[in-house]
Amino acid sequence: MHKLSARLRALPHEAGLALLTVLLLALVTSAFPRFLTVDNVKSLFDDTALLIMLAVGEMFVLLTRSVDLSVAANAALTGMVVALFNAHHPGAGIVPVLIIAVVMGGALGLINGLLVWRVNIPSIVVTLGTLSVYRGCVYVVSGGAWVNSGQMSPFFLGFVRVPILGISVLSWIGIIVAVLAYLFLRYTVPGRNLYAAGNNPNAAAYAGIDVGRMQCMAFVLSGAIAGLAGYLWVARFAVAYTDIASGFELQVIAACVIGGVSITGGVGGVVGVVLGGLFLGIIKNALPVVGISPFFQMAVSGLVITIAVILNAGTYRKSHGRKILERAEAGP
Amino acid sequence: MAEPVLSMSGVTKSFSGVRALVKGELDLYAGEVTALIGENGAGKSTLVKILTGVHHADEGTIRLNGQPVRIGSADGAGRLGISAIFQEAVVFDDLSVAENIFVTDRPRRHGMVDWATMQSRARTILAGLDPRIDPSVPMRQLSVAQKHLVQIARALSVEARIVIMDEPTAALSHREVDELFTIVRRLKAEGRAVLFISHKFEEIFDVADRYAVFRDGAAVGQGFIRDVDRDTLISLMVGRSVDHIFPKVEVPIGEELFRVDGFSRGEEFADVSFALRRGEILGVYGLVGAGRSEVMQALFGLTRADAGRVTLEGHSLVIHSPEDAIRAGIAYVPEDRQIQGGILRFPISSNIVLPSLGHLSHRGFLRRSEERALAGNYVTQLQIKTSGVGQRLEELSGGNQQKVVIAKWLATNPRVLIMDEPTKGIDVGAKTAVYRLMGEMVAQGLGIIMVSSELPEVLGMADRILVMRRGRLRANFSRAEATPESIVKAATDA
Repeated sequence: MHKLSARLRALPHEAGLALLTVLLLALVTSAFPRFLTVDNVKSLFDDTALLIMLAVGEMFVLLTRSVDLSVAANAALTGMVVALFNAHHPGAGIVPVLIIAVVMGGALGLINGLLVWRVNIPSIVVTLGTLSVYRGCVYVVSGGAWVNSGQMSPFFLGFVRVPILGISVLSWIGIIVAVLAYLFLRYTVPGRNLYAAGNNPNAAAYAGIDVGRMQCMAFVLSGAIAGLAGYLWVARFAVAYTDIASGFELQVIAACVIGGVSITGGVGGVVGVVLGGLFLGIIKNALPVVGISPFFQMAVSGLVITIAVILNAGTYRKSHGRKILERAEAGP
Repeated sequence: MAEPVLSMSGVTKSFSGVRALVKGELDLYAGEVTALIGENGAGKSTLVKILTGVHHADEGTIRLNGQPVRIGSADGAGRLGISAIFQEAVVFDDLSVAENIFVTDRPRRHGMVDWATMQSRARTILAGLDPRIDPSVPMRQLSVAQKHLVQIARALSVEARIVIMDEPTAALSHREVDELFTIVRRLKAEGRAVLFISHKFEEIFDVADRYAVFRDGAAVGQGFIRDVDRDTLISLMVGRSVDHIFPKVEVPIGEELFRVDGFSRGEEFADVSFALRRGEILGVYGLVGAGRSEVMQALFGLTRADAGRVTLEGHSLVIHSPEDAIRAGIAYVPEDRQIQGGILRFPISSNIVLPSLGHLSHRGFLRRSEERALAGNYVTQLQIKTSGVGQRLEELSGGNQQKVVIAKWLATNPRVLIMDEPTKGIDVGAKTAVYRLMGEMVAQGLGIIMVSSELPEVLGMADRILVMRRGRLRANFSRAEATPESIVKAATDA
């Protein structure tokens, strides 16, 4: 009996969120059957694939009690760089493009990670800075000019659109990233140490886990994923310009929080983040279908995010009543 | 005679100039339990942290089976076969029990974490400790005693030769302690060396073979438990030279000022009742974790008591927040000056006026000139050494910082001043200045509650001494009847 209730308590967030997502989908579809057309669902998957990928990267960082605000700027810069590379070497093929995207994204993440780990600056400050720097660098490399679809090779544009088993490569990449992240977090030692480092940094130090290093690793992973997403974004929308994905980092963090990732570290999982991403994606895609004006769309999705955060904080406070005071006292 | 498995000699350690360990000497023997005994601040925790690789010794040698070793990291300590169980279970609450056991060395297959093996090995190890613990549940669901057992399981999983237990019984019930001791004896029988840190003599005489006593960061005696009795150990713990002179001022003690009845809060403290008179310094002694600061925090409204009545000058008080407490005339100088006491980056004047801004404002507006004048007053009165009230708090010495924190609370015109470890971490000269200040305050009719872990300070300054142990008041001594032995006995008796 006790065990059963314990089990029930162990799952609720993901189960509840899955139920909520299905309910939302049913509600929208019953009112507007055309929401569930094949084309619309494909586009929903493609949109959320990018959100989910970035959210999975963000989750690594959040797990270690840090935050990465630079993911969207990283994607914009890397996306611009690969678009320019493609414009100058139109015959290079897809492999160098993917390698450049991942390596460059990872390097931008490494800069964040080293500043957090070695220089000991709070991650929110570091990534607030690099957010502007990376975004500014898009101007520098592009001279403020757009790279249009006319300047992009067919392989560059086509790769993400190739359908495999009915869904696009873009969606498949989203799925693969999520599956790899799940396996990494569950079955590798660094993956497990990520949880330990964020759950109780003090105990992690006693267990011989270098917390700063785990944070740095999380930033590199988040950056590499952001870089890859940068190419995918540019290819999907067939244009590269400075303001690509501007402000998208907030949706990314929202997807994590809705998916049950704790802002205070150590709690969260891929399943929740994927559901959080789908949930946000459905809301974003449904609101125009339902016919709500763009102004209300922003307000409504903001409201949903806020409610999710409140629910998350509520469940957190129940089990941590006293710890808030302790943490406040222990702060520097 | 058997050779020690582990032997520390001449180990020293300082933290930013303060010597925590002056002469760390310790021998541990295979198949024996050594009890490490000492007051708060005697250097026990530092010693444990050096053994577990969390801190590095400044000087001295550590030998393992006769070979000098360097314990460079927590990882390194584990590889040398040293494993520790900490007082406050150092665990990962949201990870599973099995993962907590194997956190330093998860079983792997083809480089991937092998959850099935981890689960079954955890089950096997736990079967010998407490079969009721399910290795798959999150740690959060376990009791404190069970969390300790999981840490022991961690030590067993790495085949630790040296097991350190830092006050493992502090939060356990009698039955749980018995169960723990059965396990300690098993560890002993398996030939492991156990370092057992405890304040409870009953337990020490029950489970330990040897003792090592530390005082003021130095080893002052070790030997076999069977050769000593409790009083010998206590006198080793407290018998120190008197190196501070306490400027105790005799102030006539007035009528009752402040009264606490049946004060309780959850598991932190229960049924605490005492009275404070005008002009009195009431010392509250106890070991770390006895619940002293928790009582004070509840009195000041930082937390809420479940039950109890507080009266000040005959009026019943309802305190739900520090604001209520300040308004009622209660002030609290917290234990940690740098974190809780003052705002290091603010100037002295802002620090001093902070809790009094309500009184100083005129229709919601503040006048800087008044703030500075008020702060300047206290700087003169308390002889705070500074270049001016605009100087930042962080630029002052520890003693002067403490004076600023005290000034800040005096500015609220309190009638009851609670001081939690008022001289912690400040040098001798500054201590004397703080003591003198306390004398002046009670002479003006204040009552002071002084929480302290330093015996000489309690004996030197308090008019009456309350002793807390495990959340309850255990003794109430007048200045005349208090002796170091009687106080330590009340604080440690099980």
